Amino acid sequence: MDDLGTRPAREAKSIVGVDVGGTFTDLFFCDEATGEFRTAKVPSQRGSEEHGFIDGLKTLGPIASLGSIVHGTTVGTNALLERKGARIGLITTKGFRDVLEMRRRDRPKTWGLWGEFLPVVDRDLRLEIDERTLADGAIRKAADARDAAEAARRLIEMGAEAVAIVFINSYANPSNERIAAEAVRAIWPNGHVIASSELLPEIREFERTSTTALNAYLQPVVGRYLGRLQDALADESFAGAFHIVQSNGGVMSTQTASRMPVRTALSGPAAGVIAAASIAAAAGYPNIITGDLGGTSFDVSLIAGGAASLAAQTTIDFGMVIRTPMIEISTIGAGGGSIAHVDRGGLLQVGPESAGSVPGPVCYGGGNDRPTLTDANVVLGRINAERPIGGKLARLDVDAARAAIGRAVAAPLGLDPMQAAEAIVRIANARMAGAIRLISIERGYDPGTFAFMPFGGGGALHAGALLTEVGLRSALVPCFPGITSALGCVIADVRHDQVATINLLVAELDARALDRRMVDAGNSVRATVQAAGLPLTGIEVRYELDMHYVGQTHAISVPLPVTLADGTTGVSQAIIQKAFDAAYSTKFSRLLPGMAVKIVSLRSAAIGYRPPFDLSVLAPRPGGTLEAAARGVRPVWFDGRWHETAIYSRRDMPIGATVRGPAILEQPDATTVVDPGLVARVDSLGNVVIETA
Amino acid sequence: MTAPAPLDAVTLSVLKGRLEQIADEMDATLYRSAFNPIIAEARDACHGLYHAETGATLVQGTTGLPIFVGAMAFAVKAVIDKVNADEGRGAAALQPGDTFLFNDPYDGGTHLNDFRLVRPVYRDGRIFCWIASVGHWLDIGGNVPGGFNARAEESYQEGVRFPPVKLVSNGVLNEDILAILAANSRTAQSNYGDLNGQLNALALGEQRLAALLDDYGDEVVTAAFETLTARSEALMRANIAALPDGRYSFDDYLDNDGITDTPLLIALDLTIEGDRMTLDFSRSAPPCAGPLNIALSTSVACCYVALKHVFTDVPANAGCLAPITFIIPDTTLLAVKAPKPVGGYTETILRVIGTVFGALAQAWPERATAAPFGTINALSIAGARDHGGRYVMFSFFGGGLGGNPEGDGLNHGNNPISMATMPPAEIFEASYPVLFRQWALRPDSAGAGEHRGGLGAIYEIEVLNGGVSAAFLLGERGRFAPFGVNGGKSAALNRFVFEKDGAEATPPLASKITDVALRQGESVRLETPGGGGWGDPSARKREAIERDIRLGYVTSEQAAKDYGLPQLDLTASRKVA
Repeated sequence: MDDLGTRPAREAKSIVGVDVGGTFTDLFFCDEATGEFRTAKVPSQRGSEEHGFIDGLKTLGPIASLGSIVHGTTVGTNALLERKGARIGLITTKGFRDVLEMRRRDRPKTWGLWGEFLPVVDRDLRLEIDERTLADGAIRKAADARDAAEAARRLIEMGAEAVAIVFINSYANPSNERIAAEAVRAIWPNGHVIASSELLPEIREFERTSTTALNAYLQPVVGRYLGRLQDALADESFAGAFHIVQSNGGVMSTQTASRMPVRTALSGPAAGVIAAASIAAAAGYPNIITGDLGGTSFDVSLIAGGAASLAAQTTIDFGMVIRTPMIEISTIGAGGGSIAHVDRGGLLQVGPESAGSVPGPVCYGGGNDRPTLTDANVVLGRINAERPIGGKLARLDVDAARAAIGRAVAAPLGLDPMQAAEAIVRIANARMAGAIRLISIERGYDPGTFAFMPFGGGGALHAGALLTEVGLRSALVPCFPGITSALGCVIADVRHDQVATINLLVAELDARALDRRMVDAGNSVRATVQAAGLPLTGIEVRYELDMHYVGQTHAISVPLPVTLADGTTGVSQAIIQKAFDAAYSTKFSRLLPGMAVKIVSLRSAAIGYRPPFDLSVLAPRPGGTLEAAARGVRPVWFDGRWHETAIYSRRDMPIGATVRGPAILEQPDATTVVDPGLVARVDSLGNVVIETA
Repeated sequence: MTAPAPLDAVTLSVLKGRLEQIADEMDATLYRSAFNPIIAEARDACHGLYHAETGATLVQGTTGLPIFVGAMAFAVKAVIDKVNADEGRGAAALQPGDTFLFNDPYDGGTHLNDFRLVRPVYRDGRIFCWIASVGHWLDIGGNVPGGFNARAEESYQEGVRFPPVKLVSNGVLNEDILAILAANSRTAQSNYGDLNGQLNALALGEQRLAALLDDYGDEVVTAAFETLTARSEALMRANIAALPDGRYSFDDYLDNDGITDTPLLIALDLTIEGDRMTLDFSRSAPPCAGPLNIALSTSVACCYVALKHVFTDVPANAGCLAPITFIIPDTTLLAVKAPKPVGGYTETILRVIGTVFGALAQAWPERATAAPFGTINALSIAGARDHGGRYVMFSFFGGGLGGNPEGDGLNHGNNPISMATMPPAEIFEASYPVLFRQWALRPDSAGAGEHRGGLGAIYEIEVLNGGVSAAFLLGERGRFAPFGVNGGKSAALNRFVFEKDGAEATPPLASKITDVALRQGESVRLETPGGGGWGDPSARKREAIERDIRLGYVTSEQAAKDYGLPQLDLTASRKVA
């Protein structure tokens, strides 16, 4: 790691993390000099997110005095899910214009043959030119710049705002793509031109085409959004740095985000996982499973040994594949807005259909009359109907929620409404538990060695039940579960990733040539991180190789124990073989000695470490007592009957306070349920640790 | 419907999820540890839990290959019969951990490549249930590498056959059986890796099931099995009862058996009577000489797949089949015995599934689905590499799915029997001396309709190596096109074209051929069918037709024929070449 000493990029002023979600915009403000922090939650404005963003900032004080802003955004994700990207064109190799539409020959569902796929580029906007590169990188037919320019002109005439250029085998030799990109840029009316070899020089044309096309699809939308934000910030005389969280959990500059918006697809959720990892590590829990319960989904992520795992690609929707490193997050359709119903076979189901945030659960009074998980929690007394989260509504309509549960669940199952509400929560817990088991047990981790960290508005309602259901060690509820993603924006390191397919046999390796490639790649990613302009304590360059035995189609990630210093990585054949054997035997237990081993791709990442964030500033102020935190009792339904349950103001509970379940801990951004038989304790950083009594 | 032990609906929902997850985890374990890409990438495998005495399916995973979901109960039953017969002969009693291996297609299998492992799960000294694993192994001998021998006339030309044999006995793996397996395959190491993966999956399944039984108690889980089966049966009966009583017949044909060029009739008479359904295939063609036969268990399994695609809400267990009566006599090609060849079973089951769709479309037109492209197109190209060594490029190819009440069919999808994906062209080109000249949607390949079918594809493959290569194809739908429903039209036929003496040639048997010689620079072209159309083409919206023409899914000439429109020149107004 480079030592940058204590050199601050600018005087260490304040930093604000802003997470714009579908319902709320969450903000976390921190003055790095004094340790002072503030939080805010304001309603999001769909379609003009910059208003909520600026409104939220204003609640924290004058915007001009802020040092830097780091933003987690769902603008890209929403544009993809709602198909609201730009009209774009694709220029590709003769014979291959349908790659995007043909996918990998899949279908939406295992059972049932219905469903269509609409690619983000219509077929008439996908133009071919006569050029061809072979798999070994040899040029069979050179690209003609005039053909590319002609295609670009036609796309402009048809109204394309951005263009993706993807040629077959360009991962092996980008020269034809470069010829075309140069010709297109010469006449394209804006900067929205992207060639696949600039974004993802990796084998597999469908994944590369999809990623590049989706990037072009987002470029105008995300570019305009970031432009509006920058203008709005300039109007407020903001002169600090403005950064974006990417799906890999690292921060990037707005320039990089505008050029590679596809890397923001999981921006907000990734920030949450980063914060969770940091909080858990500080609290002494290197192994955690995070659960973010939102309105429509439950997102689960696993952190082992303090590190979040990265996935190489994700599928946003059927056929919409993005291949770029991102925090691995599994999603199931079970959120607060998930609708409970009895299916035709007489089984109670919760989700995947959701009432979302609009019209929302029955208790919101927004017009939905089908009961949701949130309605069940309200009826059971777990959610305080008089003080809804976020402050948008004055109170929740418990009677309407109970009536809806009575109608849709209790009557068909022959239960009373309270039993039915408890059944809804049980089924939702079982689904969430299933998602946790899949991400842990299925990957060879024993959940008994993991703690569960709920975040988002609803996760802590279910933490205790999940603990029992999955056999987790404990639950760790962070100080501000509802604004974890905003906190993550402040904590996240700067990061830049790059991949290149190289296809080399280990036995025939020219280690010096590989070293040169690694040094070049390392310098390139490091330069991007340096250019981001945030205060850093150092930059580390990491390398991973995707490798397999010749004949296998899947590759495994092999981290290389090498360091970039003095213009070399010191990589050798022996280092690579040893690292491969170690990674392969961990994953599959049986090595296959004597079989040839191949390096498929080189992955380089630069991580710029941010100054450590002192999480103890979040802890409750000294001097409080549990008595002062008590807010009386109310009846809450657990295990088939009402329990007189103690209610506490979470933020007023002192360090070391211990509460036996049943109890409810309330705070403005979340509600924590301590089930009977469990005990909750406030740790030295202000987290609530829930364990079996 | 049997009266299940009382169990509350909530516990039942929870247990259903937990049990399915056990099967899913077994699937995932095998995908991850398999060496062979047909399992690792294409997920040609399946796991589940089966009834202690009858072998009936209790629980299946949600990720396993659809066709296996229906076939596994037969496999477990075959093992139960074997155990009973052995004990009758005074053989040593079964022990916990004992595991049977077999691939016999005539006794609960599908084709020889599919190897099953079946193991009893004991509780308190008694068999509580069975768990089983099936996966497609790369090569098991026979005349053609990887199987799919289009000219096989006996099972012996397709590979080596194992009846149920005890692979693990008293905790000891029988090395003799491993030696026999290794001696009979071109890819012994890969098979051995897959076998280990399947053993891992069984071990994991046993472990997870034991934990679940400890949590909930054996009686509660048994009650859950009974209740879930009864509920599936009730749901299936309700689905059937909603259809009008009557007899619905549907006939379709296979092109030929790969030996002689005679169409093979697949005929279904489907009867609905109250909440019961009868599937009678008696009118189908007799057993054929080539590999297009299938065994009885395979026929039942593919009907199950078809019904699951139509009644998607019925959970996958034996209850689904309880209201169904099958009439599949052994005088037809749908219930053959050894040694009739069955290696082309993938084509026949697609046709059987199509007849179920076709018959149900008459009973329930509102939910009818037109035929999917309906051929697996097993194409391999093999030869010598310029720098030594042999190569065999093998793949199945995609086509269009059928038009349906919701909309047009999916372009370039996979077949109903599978969820397998296809490797991208760049992987083929990096692995073999081939070049794809074209990888494209095939215009005019879909059946016209109010909702047209999805488009098939064109794959044109040139060989780059210096020596002579050879192409082999086992495909179908070269003579009988995927049908439309509710007045929708048929899709285009499957077409295979190769170069011979400087001219284009097509196989005498339409879509089946072996040993097509290919010199450097020569190519083959596979043009796959789209899906059939749904509904009267004259009801298709004009904007949709114009869009089809503008996007080149349908040529204006074809649109004029199918939809009776004057030819439209939309390209000029859009300034698109």
